[in-house]
Amino acid sequence: MAATATREEIEQRVFKALEEFGAEPDQISPDAEFESMDVDSLDLVELAQIVEDDYGVQLKGEDMEGVKTVRQAVDLVMSKLG
Amino acid sequence: MTRSVVITGVGAVTPLGVGARTLHERWSAGVSGIEDGFGRAGEFEPKEHLSTKEVRRSDRFTQLALAAAGEAVEDAGWDGAPPGDPDRTACVIGTGIGGIGTLETQHLVMHEQGAGRISPLSIPLLMANAASGVVAMKYDLRGQSFGTVSACAAGAHAIGMAERLIRYGDADCVVTGGSEAAITPLATAAFDKMDALSDSGISRPFDRRRDGFVMGEGAGVLVLEEEEAARERGARILGYLRGYASTSDAHHLTAPEPSGRGAAKAIELALKDAGIEAGDVIYVNAHGTSTPLNDRSETNAIKAAFGEERAHELPVSSTKSAIGHLLGAAGAVESIATLLALRDRIAPPTLNYEEPDEGLDLDYVPNEARPLANGDVRAIGLSNAFGFGGHNAVLCLEAS
Repeated sequence: MAATATREEIEQRVFKALEEFGAEPDQISPDAEFESMDVDSLDLVELAQIVEDDYGVQLKGEDMEGVKTVRQAVDLVMSKLG
Repeated sequence: MTRSVVITGVGAVTPLGVGARTLHERWSAGVSGIEDGFGRAGEFEPKEHLSTKEVRRSDRFTQLALAAAGEAVEDAGWDGAPPGDPDRTACVIGTGIGGIGTLETQHLVMHEQGAGRISPLSIPLLMANAASGVVAMKYDLRGQSFGTVSACAAGAHAIGMAERLIRYGDADCVVTGGSEAAITPLATAAFDKMDALSDSGISRPFDRRRDGFVMGEGAGVLVLEEEEAARERGARILGYLRGYASTSDAHHLTAPEPSGRGAAKAIELALKDAGIEAGDVIYVNAHGTSTPLNDRSETNAIKAAFGEERAHELPVSSTKSAIGHLLGAAGAVESIATLLALRDRIAPPTLNYEEPDEGLDLDYVPNEARPLANGDVRAIGLSNAFGFGGHNAVLCLEAS
């Protein structure tokens, strides 16, 4: 649950989602840019839904602005959890 | 107009399997793709044809279109992109309903989990032009791209529009066809409620016992090219799209006009457009839905257009007897079936035809395929497609 989610758990969850979105597994890393993995704004809305389901964190469109990498996305979720 | 339109590639996914030749060969052999009252494209496994991303980003009707388009462009000798100018390559793909599976699923999500839970992909998946847009993106087709929507005539309308784009000079090449994936709970119940579906679950066009159509799903895609451009690149030419015409019954929301007036007019105009005499047609691929009304009015239309005598000589058969009614994909899949039948000079059969009905007295090629006129005459045929709303579209094809 939200209180017990670690950074690593969230990162793994994002990795799994990206793979489901169709990103190549060997391209997925904390610093890979979403654009380079062919992950676009529609995918990011789905990612926000997953994060909300799993961690109870609500991400709005403006929250996601400027989020370009997995690390930045995880940072955002961590900051909301904190 | 001097520009002529050739067919250089075909692709199909149908209840008879994956592949245009598969459709032709299995239908000609008398195989039926209908099981338990439905014509499902059961041999189609999206992941065998599409990437993970493509599968996630498309409704089933678009997935079927992508697979059929992939086969068609490969058949046309493409290497993943148009051989000519992408700006002059168009994409027109019709559908009866579009992504109704997505619409139904997301509607349930909204009711059960709330509006905030619906997928951001809902609209791009369900929109009726998705197949056209996605195929254009995949193959870098930068000319005109749109969908046609005219119920069960949509696939034929798409091909007709594609033919016009080339003849008018707006495009040199068009990837075109139709796609449908409407075997869903709501669509099935709704067709059933209007008494359009067969209670017996048997598709038997023109038979006295016919009791409605059997729902099918699938897609058919053709590559059309301007003849000179195709010859210049050394393309193999499967045949010609000689003519096209479309009319409206202006009669009733769902029932065809009983005399077949509008359908007959469409046949006459398609022949005129093709510059071909009625006597030169050697095969008619009927719309032949297995509904009491269509098969009677279509028989009347064929008689009116060809004259009683010629009409009785013409082999007329219905692909729907083997695959059911593919709705917006029907006109496209059946025009491919027509072309391949003409190429092999064979009239595939109307399956399940056993008991003649009064007044329905054409040569429906019952149950067994038959050779068509020999190689001395041109292999010219018609493909009929009619839709709820009174839409009639007829294509005139010639095998090379």
